[in-house]
Amino acid sequence: MELYHSVMVALLCVDLAFLAVTRLRSLTRLTAVQGALLALVPVLSAPAGDSGHMALLSLAVLAIKGVGFPWLLARTLTRLEVNPVVEPYLGFNLSLLAGVSGLLFSLWLETRLPFPPGLFPPLLFPTALTTIFTGLTLVIARRKALTQVIGYLAAENGIFLLGTPLSVQGSVWLELSVLLDVFVAVFVMGIAIHHINKTFESIDVGRFCTLRD
Amino acid sequence: MELFGISLAFYALGAIAALCAGRGRLANALGAGAALAGSVVGLAAFAVAPASAVSQVVLPWGLPVGSLTLGLDPVSRLFLLPVSLLGAACAVCGAASLAGHDHDEAGHGGLGAHWCFFNLLLAGLSLVMAARDAVCFLVAWEIMSLAPFFLIGFHDDEVEVREAAWTYLVAAHLGAVCVLAFFAAFWAAAGTTGFDALAQAAADGRLAAPSALFLLALAGFGAKAGFFPLHVWLPEAHPAAPSHVSAMLSGAMISAGVYGLWRAVELLGPAPLWWGWTLCAVGLVSAAMGILQGLAQGNLKRLLAYSSVENMGLACLGLGLGLVGRGLDNPAVAVLGLAGAVFGVMNHAAFKGLLFLCAGEVLHAVGSVRIAHLGGLGKRMPVVGAAFFLASAGIAGLPPLAGFAAELLLALSLLAGLSLPGLLPRVAMAGALAVVAGVGGVALAAFAKAGGLSFLGAPRTPAAAKAPAPGPISRAGLLFLVAAVAAAAVFAPNLLGLAGPAALDFPGLDPAPARAVLAEAAGVLASVRAVGGVLVVLVVLLLVLRRRLVAANGARREPTWGCGYLAPTARMQYGPASFVEPAARVMGSAMGVTRRLDMDTGYFPARARFTVTAPDRLRLAFFTPLFEAVARACDAAKVVQHGRVHLYILYVLATVVLLLAWKL
Amino acid sequence: MHAYLHLALALVLAPLIPGIVNRVKARVAGRAGKPVLQTYFDLAKLVRKGVVTSTTASWAIFAGPVASLAAVGCALLLVPGPATSAPVSFAGDFMFLAYLLGLSRLALILSALDTGSSFEGMGASREAVFSALAEPVLFLCFLSLAADGTGLSLDSLLAVSDAKPLGAAHLFVPAILFVLLLVENCRIPVDDPNTHLELTMIHEVMVLDHSGPDMAAVVYGASLKLWLFCALTVLSVMPRTGLSPVAAWGVFLAGMALAAVAVGLVESAMARLRLTRVPRLLGGAGALVALSLVLSVWR
Repeated sequence: MELYHSVMVALLCVDLAFLAVTRLRSLTRLTAVQGALLALVPVLSAPAGDSGHMALLSLAVLAIKGVGFPWLLARTLTRLEVNPVVEPYLGFNLSLLAGVSGLLFSLWLETRLPFPPGLFPPLLFPTALTTIFTGLTLVIARRKALTQVIGYLAAENGIFLLGTPLSVQGSVWLELSVLLDVFVAVFVMGIAIHHINKTFESIDVGRFCTLRD
Repeated sequence: MELFGISLAFYALGAIAALCAGRGRLANALGAGAALAGSVVGLAAFAVAPASAVSQVVLPWGLPVGSLTLGLDPVSRLFLLPVSLLGAACAVCGAASLAGHDHDEAGHGGLGAHWCFFNLLLAGLSLVMAARDAVCFLVAWEIMSLAPFFLIGFHDDEVEVREAAWTYLVAAHLGAVCVLAFFAAFWAAAGTTGFDALAQAAADGRLAAPSALFLLALAGFGAKAGFFPLHVWLPEAHPAAPSHVSAMLSGAMISAGVYGLWRAVELLGPAPLWWGWTLCAVGLVSAAMGILQGLAQGNLKRLLAYSSVENMGLACLGLGLGLVGRGLDNPAVAVLGLAGAVFGVMNHAAFKGLLFLCAGEVLHAVGSVRIAHLGGLGKRMPVVGAAFFLASAGIAGLPPLAGFAAELLLALSLLAGLSLPGLLPRVAMAGALAVVAGVGGVALAAFAKAGGLSFLGAPRTPAAAKAPAPGPISRAGLLFLVAAVAAAAVFAPNLLGLAGPAALDFPGLDPAPARAVLAEAAGVLASVRAVGGVLVVLVVLLLVLRRRLVAANGARREPTWGCGYLAPTARMQYGPASFVEPAARVMGSAMGVTRRLDMDTGYFPARARFTVTAPDRLRLAFFTPLFEAVARACDAAKVVQHGRVHLYILYVLATVVLLLAWKL
Repeated sequence: MHAYLHLALALVLAPLIPGIVNRVKARVAGRAGKPVLQTYFDLAKLVRKGVVTSTTASWAIFAGPVASLAAVGCALLLVPGPATSAPVSFAGDFMFLAYLLGLSRLALILSALDTGSSFEGMGASREAVFSALAEPVLFLCFLSLAADGTGLSLDSLLAVSDAKPLGAAHLFVPAILFVLLLVENCRIPVDDPNTHLELTMIHEVMVLDHSGPDMAAVVYGASLKLWLFCALTVLSVMPRTGLSPVAAWGVFLAGMALAAVAVGLVESAMARLRLTRVPRLLGGAGALVALSLVLSVWR
């Protein structure tokens, strides 16, 4: 249980780090760390008899979220040859403040929602919700399209975390379908960014405003 | 109570005598003398009465409503202390600074009118603190609010001073309207105007909307105390007023806002929890915004005015903690918060009074209080410099002065709040303490700037280089307050013994555990005092040691290291704008720092100008447009005011007919 | 009497810490380096020297360093030793500690402004602002130690025991205290104590015009402050129960040496941050310690 707790705290730290870093390269690395930490969760929360099944899921998560996506993102980053600095709409310290407030809000929400007791292990719900908030903050408060993709990915990782206690009882297929879903989404996004970049020579979403009539 | 009456009589007689004595030296002596006498009697009254005594008298009253009921209890007595203390010091310093004043260039009434209103202000303040009846309170409140208008407008030949006086008047009266509405609604529910009856009505649940009343009181008294965002009059009025008046306004009058809020909350009885949290939030925002904007100011008196916003904010936080602690049945949070609030107001009065009086001496000597015109004054006026540094350290809450004791009480209250039930209250308490710590750090920076750049270094202007030292009378006034500050540092635990009963009197508190908490806090303050004593002894010992070493090894004087530059001038020193530059990079938008660079873009640019100012953005962006809109609306309504009398009679007739038709 | 042991040791051993730091930096750079006792030699030399003060200065230039040193000395009265409690200890004493350090800072700032030099004004303005930003972070550190309700004095805050294990949440506090050590003592990455360029300095530029005994007070005060922060960091990780007093002292002193080595390694491995980045460093530290505060309150 102590290890599980530490993983949750580590995930929270990754969330804060997402909001604090200034380099796109660090963001992709953080995605990898988050994926690897997520891969630990199913193993750690596996019921005693069912460890093989969960180990398989963990391996899949590690492969997709811990290695696959980050590699894809890193490759896109290399190919795009953009300015490697994250450009914020909202300053870094304010983003961090938003992250901590998100954590507070999710802790408070956990006390208000009527969960069946024992559904979520301690700290899982707030961590998951904070991860979602962090991802969305990244989408809202950063300028570049790549940070937005990473933001969506982080938010999806939060949803995955929220789903882990449910998938312990349910089927692994549901999980995999979610994963595939996102896989395609990210793939499409990657291509889209590539095209945006080629056409407009920039991946600054702020410039979309000039397209309105 | 008798001594209080005598002090009131002195103020009243002083007001009349000053008015009768004309415009010159006689009025100066009589008015200031009466104020001094009244204040000394007031101090004696404080010293003589036991800490927790309660007394009340009913006097004949000519009005058909209300009654002239006056009373003194620990809260009143504590809030009266700044009035007497500053009344004495300000009368002395004011008399000294106005003595050389040519009465022809003074305002319309000259010195006679000035001292008349000064005494009226003191009388009004005393009555506000002692009133035990709503009508009596309102009359006193109005005297107290009106007198400063004439005091601020002393130099009314200057446009800024007139504008500041009007700004003050508008703010004071918008606040007074809220206070009036508060008491009127209360009166309607209770049927009578005595404070006891009002409190009884609230306890019986006869009030229609207590929360609305609370908000009215917060707005009305908050405008007087200068809580953010109603603080905009403070940074205008304080720099415009003569310094002894600023000291009085900032030290004693804005405390009346906190006092009024305290009484209002007492009268309203059982409070929903959100009142307390609201007060905490208002207090924290006021403290943070006040000190951040203060740090950015280049005018010494404006800086001091913003610092008052900070201190009143901290007092409001303490009051809020009192309500939260009472609502959550945590006497430690409540009583420490309340005691911290009272203690903070006391400290603020002494320190801020001293700071404003020092600023007054600077203005007198140099002719300006813009920090960019000052510098090196510590050598020319050592007493003023030392007093300013002492008060700066105190108002920044540094040990071993009593300012630290006040902040420590607030911190202890917040720390006790860490054991409240629930996640959010505990995190809120911890977050509040972090904000208080940050405010303390910024206050230190602000006063390092104010004191260091004004009194140390090289003089930035010829006027500063030739500043004369203050005369013996002004010095006596300053030294009186310095002695009070030093005594407060030495007797901080005993002062808690005085502030404690005020907190214990707060209705709805369980006295037994609260008393235990206070005793423990007194022990903490005693430890702090012991370490403070060690600190002072250590400093003295080290200074003696240094003197020995220097005597043995010799000392030389050389110019300041200029990094090889041979012709440094005083204007190259770090100035007020450059000192806040690192802070402005981080918190510039909250501080309101505005930069303006006028420079040619050509190859050989001519003379360039760079100015850094810190206007109150709230005033510029909200209040000025608001009042301009009001003025436009009023102008538009002037079409009905055309000067033809027969049409005016038509208005009257039409109104009468309409009223009759509607009512019958 | 044992309560004063830590104070006495600090007063005697504090100048060792900068010595160790410098030695580590030299070794990492491949040099032999100054003797570890160099700060003692410097102090002895400074005390025996005459004093040169600026013609602009008034009394603040010599009162400042003295008051600053005295305030740091008094702050050390509040720090517990590894096997003993502090001579003065009460609920909320960490606030007293922080404000005593504030007093020491104000004294030094005023002393710097007294010379009328723009360099010293520059250092003073930076010191004032960065320390003001560091203050809430320091308080959050103590608050997250206090949040589990075992006590409010430094004695009980810094007591790591079986009842109060160093959990995942608390793990940040020592790290952040170490960051604060770097910030408050003007070490790399916030300030470079060895740079030759006045424009980039904070602490060193404030004392350009101090000499002789005044400079000795500044140097000694700085090493006492460094000792104080090292002690806070070490005590916040070091388990104090279950050790014999002698062992506890041994572990503590080893920890202090280790902290000094860590400072030296950080200084060797990192470059100074751009001054505009320092608030971001403090913001990150604040967020981490707020996280640990929220987590420990949540328990």
